Amino acid sequence: MGQDEFLFLLMGLKWTVALSVIGFVCGCVAGLGIALARTSGVPLVERITAGYIAIFQGTPLLMQLFVVYYGLALIGIKVDAWAAVSVGLTLHASAYLGEIWRGAIEAVPRGQTEASKALALGYVSRMKDVVLPQALRISLPATIGFLVQLIKGTSLASIVGFTELTRAGNIISNQIFQPLTVFGIVGILYFVMCCPLTIYGAHLERKFAASVR
Amino acid sequence: MSDISTTKASADAMISMTGVAKWYGAFQALNDINISVRKGEKIVLCGPSGSGKSTLIRCINHLEAYQQGEIRVGGILLGHQAKSIDAVRREVGMVFQQFNLFPHLTVLQNCMLAPMRALGLGKAEAEGRARQLLERVKIAEQAEKYPAQLSGGQQQRVAIARALCMRPQVMLFDEPTSALDPEMVKEVLDTMIDLAREGMTMICVTHEMGFARQVADRVIFMASGAIVEEAPPAEFFSDPKHERTRKFLGEILGR
Repeated sequence: MGQDEFLFLLMGLKWTVALSVIGFVCGCVAGLGIALARTSGVPLVERITAGYIAIFQGTPLLMQLFVVYYGLALIGIKVDAWAAVSVGLTLHASAYLGEIWRGAIEAVPRGQTEASKALALGYVSRMKDVVLPQALRISLPATIGFLVQLIKGTSLASIVGFTELTRAGNIISNQIFQPLTVFGIVGILYFVMCCPLTIYGAHLERKFAASVR
Repeated sequence: MSDISTTKASADAMISMTGVAKWYGAFQALNDINISVRKGEKIVLCGPSGSGKSTLIRCINHLEAYQQGEIRVGGILLGHQAKSIDAVRREVGMVFQQFNLFPHLTVLQNCMLAPMRALGLGKAEAEGRARQLLERVKIAEQAEKYPAQLSGGQQQRVAIARALCMRPQVMLFDEPTSALDPEMVKEVLDTMIDLAREGMTMICVTHEMGFARQVADRVIFMASGAIVEEAPPAEFFSDPKHERTRKFLGEILGR
């Protein structure tokens, strides 16, 4: 495998990173909304978001990407693979992160909310200043764990024709007929992205366990 | 010191509860509660566990909703709309059994948060106020520490300072010494006694009968969600009228 082929893989890697970042960042924003809605105390809102989470947790990511990619085209919205995959990953991430953070918000002791209420703090300040900073700390290991899943999940974007790392590997492999070498390198590239995150997540988990005693 | 009278609902009442009732499903937690607390008055609420005393004071700042009757704090009618609830909460400080300090903020930040967010104070003013009150509860040197680095007694004193930073007209204490190791009870009670001497209106749920004797203008005894007996401490301890009060006092005073 020559330098050109390797550079082509790195181009794919760039898109994998871009997809992961977009999916994660947009998923975080939407997921925060989901988590807040899920813990809002308004039964209807809680039920709707519970349904949303159930749908995205109960179906394969690949199918979700198909539905967004072909579904948007069906209802007349022309999007390229890039946008469709971004939307699909964002929806997927928002459901998972929303559920992770719901759990974390509920894990913050009730007394924290009560003390904030007694101090006349409104909902926004109660969440922003008191509950979410603590919930975020609790959820950090699980959030990082999900980020790792998401990075690997971007490989499914190859199925709808988006040239990220996995599809780049597929293309090169078809050109030079060395699938083991090519996919070995592809695997190493994924590993180099994911493994440090996993280690960091485990480190945070230990740190958190130590701090709560 | 205010005179010790037990007049019902007067116009200048700081807190008045009239016919307040509360249910948890079918269980009636509070039954026809009528209390009037004058400005500067100190009330000790006691009673067996499950008697509704915590529920009662938690209704005053609407941590619990009540279903019947009327509660007024400093003239404000405590309705169920956010506006009246917030107005009342700005006037009412609360100290909890479990302290409930914000663990991710320093002692100083714990004290500054609500004045800045709920009263709109600037940072410098909030900090000045916080340091002054931390001084008053004799813990100023711990201002930069996190709650977990303090002892239980110190944490509870910070919680008192944090509530005072809102300059409340009323302070509610919900078993403030029950979660403390015995050697730390005194420092918290001393802080509360100082506060009482300065004329704060206080309602304290506590089993510290020494504190009740020393500080309370009235002791209110509750059982099964209702007020059973209410008297100045001297009378309450020496001559309890009701059988249930006698039984309760016998149990906690060991006589």
